Amino acid sequence: MSSPSPASLLSVRINGEPVQVAVQPHHTLLEVLRYQLDLIGSKQGCDKGDCGACTVQIDGEPQLACLTLAIHAEGRDVTTVEGLATGHGGVHPLQDAFDRWDAAQCGFCTPGILMSAEALVRKTPRPVTDPEVRAALAGNLCRCTGYTKIIDAVIDASRLMHTDDETADGAGQAPTRPAAAAQ
Amino acid sequence: MPDDPHHDAAEAADHDNWQLGGTHRKVDAMERMRGITRYTDDLKLPGLLHGKIKRSPHAHARIVSIDTSRALAIAGVHAVVTGRDFPIPYGIIPWTPDENALAVDKALYVGDGVAAVAAVDEETAIEAVDAIEVEYEVLPGLFDPEESLASDLQINPYSRKGNLSKKVELEFGDVEGGLSGAHLVVEGEYFFEGTTHAAIEPHCAVAHVERGGSAGDDGLLTVWSATQVSHYLHRELSKVLEVPAHRIRVIQPPLGGAFGGKSEPFDLEFCVAKLAMITGRPVKILYTREEVFYSHRGRHPMLMKYRTGFSRDGKITAVDANTLIDGGAYSSFGLVTTYYSGQLLCSPYDFGSYRFHSRRAYTNKPACGPKRGHGSVQPRFAIEVQLDKAAVALGVDPIELRRRNDMGEGAKTVNEFQIGSNGFLECLRRVEEASGWKERRTTLPYGRGLGVAGSTYISGTNYPIYPNAMPQAAVQVCLDRSGRARVFSGANDIGQGSNTMLAVIVGEELGLPLEDIRVLSADTDLCPVDLGAYSSRITLMVGNACLDAAHRLRRKVCGAVAKRWEVPVRRVTLVERKAIDIEDPDRHIDIAEAFSWAEEDHGLLGEVGSYNTPKDRHGDYRGGTIGASPAYSFTSHIAEVEVDEETGVVTVGTIWVAHDCGRALSRRIVEGQMEGSAYMGFAEALMEQHIVDPDHGGVHPAPSLLDYRIPTFIDTPQLRSLIVEAPDEQGPYGAKEAGEGPLHPSIPAIANAIYDAVGIRLDSLPFSPPRVLQALEQRRAAEAAGELAPHKGTARRTA
Ligand code: FES
Ligand code: FES
Repeated sequence: MSSPSPASLLSVRINGEPVQVAVQPHHTLLEVLRYQLDLIGSKQGCDKGDCGACTVQIDGEPQLACLTLAIHAEGRDVTTVEGLATGHGGVHPLQDAFDRWDAAQCGFCTPGILMSAEALVRKTPRPVTDPEVRAALAGNLCRCTGYTKIIDAVIDASRLMHTDDETADGAGQAPTRPAAAAQ
Repeated sequence: MPDDPHHDAAEAADHDNWQLGGTHRKVDAMERMRGITRYTDDLKLPGLLHGKIKRSPHAHARIVSIDTSRALAIAGVHAVVTGRDFPIPYGIIPWTPDENALAVDKALYVGDGVAAVAAVDEETAIEAVDAIEVEYEVLPGLFDPEESLASDLQINPYSRKGNLSKKVELEFGDVEGGLSGAHLVVEGEYFFEGTTHAAIEPHCAVAHVERGGSAGDDGLLTVWSATQVSHYLHRELSKVLEVPAHRIRVIQPPLGGAFGGKSEPFDLEFCVAKLAMITGRPVKILYTREEVFYSHRGRHPMLMKYRTGFSRDGKITAVDANTLIDGGAYSSFGLVTTYYSGQLLCSPYDFGSYRFHSRRAYTNKPACGPKRGHGSVQPRFAIEVQLDKAAVALGVDPIELRRRNDMGEGAKTVNEFQIGSNGFLECLRRVEEASGWKERRTTLPYGRGLGVAGSTYISGTNYPIYPNAMPQAAVQVCLDRSGRARVFSGANDIGQGSNTMLAVIVGEELGLPLEDIRVLSADTDLCPVDLGAYSSRITLMVGNACLDAAHRLRRKVCGAVAKRWEVPVRRVTLVERKAIDIEDPDRHIDIAEAFSWAEEDHGLLGEVGSYNTPKDRHGDYRGGTIGASPAYSFTSHIAEVEVDEETGVVTVGTIWVAHDCGRALSRRIVEGQMEGSAYMGFAEALMEQHIVDPDHGGVHPAPSLLDYRIPTFIDTPQLRSLIVEAPDEQGPYGAKEAGEGPLHPSIPAIANAIYDAVGIRLDSLPFSPPRVLQALEQRRAAEAAGELAPHKGTARRTA
């Protein structure tokens, strides 16, 4: 057996809960989340920073968990997709919009995309635009959707989140699509 | 014929359509978005060991010896296996079993597996793999298919014809006559370099042997795998491991994308199974991204030489196609690929006559296999550019040229396939209108252009991979007294939404919303056999089987209600969780009560449905069944591009995609398939290249998601999906496929748009900046020499 390096005790807040866990200093945050803490929502598509499937938020900023050493998260706030809906009654408006738009095909990229998208809509004080979504999500690869429905869903969710008196049934509007409208 | 599912198509049309053609939340998406769905790598079993595969660093080498003693001596290593543990060869096509789970005597490409270990953790497994000593006798690597066909050095030891993996020659009608009598003959040579699937989820498999209890003393081997063909995997595991099929259970957990890249057994599934059998502990192997690239089975490189004859008015008189296919080290689906490279070309256009000659060669590269649009995306590129060249030469609008050659509904192709419904002309009309083709194409300035292409694809193949006369699909549906349904299907939902498709059909027939339906799929112990997610077969085949079962249940339920209401059964319908009297809509009961009445009358409510293909819709020549389908989809694309003369960069602004899917059962899911397809074709046109480097011993120069350039959110054009519905009597409610057909025109539409923009023909893929610049330079030289008029009449500065 490979000789283990001395473990460090990591103290971190994960999805709002304080967590203490002994981690190998060379293990990534992704490994610790997935294989030690059973937070399997963050996915591993490449393990080297190329695909974005492992995107989590550290202190509110999207970060690649596969490129982040677990010990780097010491004392910080980590949010994974499992914590996305906290404070939103169990379903975040982005999740609801992705569901209505069928924006998750295989869904493997989706947790990472949701974590990047949440930071975008949170920081934008108005509904987001197509180019903004594309720029904010450029580090997240999706191989199934051609991205179209994902962009539709993020724009739709951001509109709903900025419509104060929106009923809570999640019946969002279709984003205007000039060519489709021409039909 | 009351049990004929097609009978339903007519009936459904006048009942409710309360689910059909709507938009649906997928039955399994929300848990994926909450991060609670367990994909294969998310499974955790007590005592789980981690496996790793040792891979050959040589493209072609004899294995002289393997010493595993140092690896076995490492603390925490539980077992090591080599090729000798898997002497029985297998292959997804039963006629070409030419691979072993691990190489036995020879490694045939860089990355070929030679040994595997199971250890307590991944790091120990990696250490053990490094400690295995393999002595190789390195052989010359053959990387070029022509060179390989000419060589006496046989690559694959199981091959019966040297390095020729498969050859097909078929001729229909008088090709030489069609060419010699033609007003115009277009000759072209096209090269498709090869691309891979790059699903974001890497391949992963877990195995465990349970003994005692209901598993018996011999034990039950369970294999969880990220596969899209559970049934074929089940068969091959049984054969290679010499374990009877009833002692193996294959489960496909939710899958993170496949695109054909998980449609045959891989070394990891055999290795986890064997290692679990040896150690008595569960074993997992997860490929690294690099291993995914080397395992490949992606789209074949093809060199295609085409001659196409046209009459003065643009009718195709003859097509003569000669194709050399680079297969890599193993057959994979290669027998089918070789047929498909010719057989799937004969629609949507009427060919006066047709000949194709395709050869597939073994080379010392990762094996190629099926990628979305198996075998037919490459030839589609060739023929659609041929048509564009003819349109220019004849001075005919490229859309008009395609219209003139349209074969229409109910046609028989030159290779004797029976076409059913055909929405191709409508597809052309829709993209023409949406893109503003008529007004804009003539006015777009130099540097910008529009291009069109069309295509057709199969909705499943008429015959299964191994010959048998049993149904091609079967589904079981059960109802319970709480007013809910459970669907058991062997089909693999790989993200395309097939589980939701089944729920839509059951919901439509039984008056249930989708959230009242549970779909259990792709578990060989629980579900009927299904052949898997390939050839775009699921909507048509599994959909028909599901409709058959659901319709039987509907008749029981409606009958039980009609009996109690004392009305004819046709007055009862099931919608919105209710049974309703059509003529007196105030009379209705809760669906749970209707189900209870039916259970009183008939006992437990469960029905099975089956589907088999018609066998009279293809030619009876040798190979005439391969590529024949119950129904064909049609697609047309128009791409708008901008070409930067200085950098050679091609930017695709928009692709309009019109696709005839027969009937859209769930609109956004169909659109998602169209968009995903168009994106993938766009990527192949401009960015992706799966190659190995002969000058560096056959290594892959870019085995990562960064270096193998797949399009990001920023690279991807606007994709406009336009659903066209020409219902086909063979499909459930008229539905045909939507998952692969819409990819085909992407590449040629972009190629033709580049021509429209700047007047260059790029006949080799991908259309990368160096190729663009070179072609622009040639064009300028030809213009300067007076051989060509300036494109679009634009006078430009010279280089
Ligand atoms: S797994 Fe982290 S970027 Fe791919
Ligand atoms: S939905 Fe499959 S990778 Fe994005």
